[in-house]
Amino acid sequence: MILVYLEHHAGELEKGGLGVLSKAASLGEAAGVVLGPGAREVAARAGAFGASKAYALEDEALAAPLPQPRVDALAALVAETGADTVLFAASVLAADVAAGLAARLEAGLNWDLTDLELRDGELLGKRPALGDTVLVDVGWKGTPRIGLVRSGALDPVEADGTADVEDFAASFSDFSTLATLVEQTQEESSGPSIEEADVIVAGGRGLGTPEAFSLLEELASALGGAVAATRAVVDSGWYPYATQVGQTGTTVSPRLYVACGISGAIQHKVGMQGSGTIVAINKDPNAPIFDFCDLGVVGDLHQIVPKLTELVRAHRGS
Amino acid sequence: MKIAVCVKQVPDATVHKKIDPQTKRLDRSGEAALNATDLNAVEEALRVKEAQGGEVVLVSLGPERAVDSLRKALAMGADRAVLVADEGAAGSDLLATSRALASALERESADLVLFGQASSDGDGAVLWAAVAERLRLPVISQVATLTVDAGSVTGKRQTEHGYDLISAPLPAVVAVSDAINEPRYPSLKGIMGAKTKPQETLALGDLGIAADDSGEAGSRTTVLELGPPPSRGDSIKIEDDGSAAQKILDYVLERRLL
Repeated sequence: MILVYLEHHAGELEKGGLGVLSKAASLGEAAGVVLGPGAREVAARAGAFGASKAYALEDEALAAPLPQPRVDALAALVAETGADTVLFAASVLAADVAAGLAARLEAGLNWDLTDLELRDGELLGKRPALGDTVLVDVGWKGTPRIGLVRSGALDPVEADGTADVEDFAASFSDFSTLATLVEQTQEESSGPSIEEADVIVAGGRGLGTPEAFSLLEELASALGGAVAATRAVVDSGWYPYATQVGQTGTTVSPRLYVACGISGAIQHKVGMQGSGTIVAINKDPNAPIFDFCDLGVVGDLHQIVPKLTELVRAHRGS
Repeated sequence: MKIAVCVKQVPDATVHKKIDPQTKRLDRSGEAALNATDLNAVEEALRVKEAQGGEVVLVSLGPERAVDSLRKALAMGADRAVLVADEGAAGSDLLATSRALASALERESADLVLFGQASSDGDGAVLWAAVAERLRLPVISQVATLTVDAGSVTGKRQTEHGYDLISAPLPAVVAVSDAINEPRYPSLKGIMGAKTKPQETLALGDLGIAADDSGEAGSRTTVLELGPPPSRGDSIKIEDDGSAAQKILDYVLERRLL
């Protein structure tokens, strides 16, 4: 049986986990696992995405988004059910849970999977590697197998079905509960959403200063688009969280994505690779973004962007 | 305060990385460098040391020639380096790597163990959680702001829903994000001094790790096959000669994107 770890937020199961669950159900018997207060109620929804069963554990130790108590819970469930595979959709939290569980169970972990399949009855994963320049088939030696699926790689498929929710128990290791959540700040997006924009002009560290975002705002305004940012610059306080594109941010797919001073780290890439056309401007000719853009320009964005804004304005005016 | 920083030598960013079709492992024969985001962890360790006193120890797993890369972090100001270099460790997956690294760290019993954001070659960004599990220590990852005092560590990190502030007693394992700081450049004095700083090279046997528990034998994942990636189609790369803005506009107009 395949166990799929399902995260939930504000009373809903997260899409990423449901995508993995739908895939798992297509490969064999799959069950969902939901942890933390409120788990029981949302766990039943897993049935609509192929789970034959859903396991829930509502311990207060699982209230905060911390990985180590979750390792305890999943290790207990693997022991109880004899599950041979545990799958996760990548998230800030899930990655640490998966790796901790791998070490706990001495189980193989394959990460950044974009697909899973059975070949001659054996489970294997598809993993793009080296900046997605090669696609690797990866396997596991022995069980349990642990897999971490790239954010957004698999879409949930809703079907008819219900899952019985079963409670399970776990005891927590002394070291697992040492880390504590002190404070949580929720960030709700406001203003025009980058999710709906047809054109996005995005900026990263290569802008050099927060002030340089004004260049992007002018270009976006000329193009009739929105401005987005990478995690690095949002974390540095240059631009608001609501504009962040990437794994911990919004996934966007505009018709045109203009990446300015963005190196193209995997965290950013997974949030924008579905864009129709990607134009990248970066002064570093080795930046990974040049491996997955349509038009790559090696040059100084501080020169090119204002010129482009003028040209777009002139074109639109004509 | 004793701070251990886990660092890794990776192929240099200018090297076109490729996988050896025979061994199905990354070809590590070309130019190499210290993994870029590990420098953020080194920088953060140095700042903690500067504020509180103590020692910064680099701990690494890799081929013998990785000492060249470790020297850069020593030049930044780290005090000494421990490299686990053993032919038998080649081809280690997360499980085998975390086993060897945890053993080397156990020997140091540092108050704080730091990791960088991700390696540019493996790109797993999960090693710290496996190492923390083996060391039975609390872990905080993706930390963008770090506060360390005598007995505890507090980190602010970004998640899918906002920011979490997480605290843990020391000893603890912390992985920092690349937004946490701007790594310093080594000074000339630092570069000269790095040559005489203590560097220790260990074999797996020194850590009590059996051959069966390392390398491919100690791994639980396999690489079966290599194939071409899903293509985005033909991409064009140009260098700006003053006309790039016009070329971008032409490109966009040609595709009727305006």
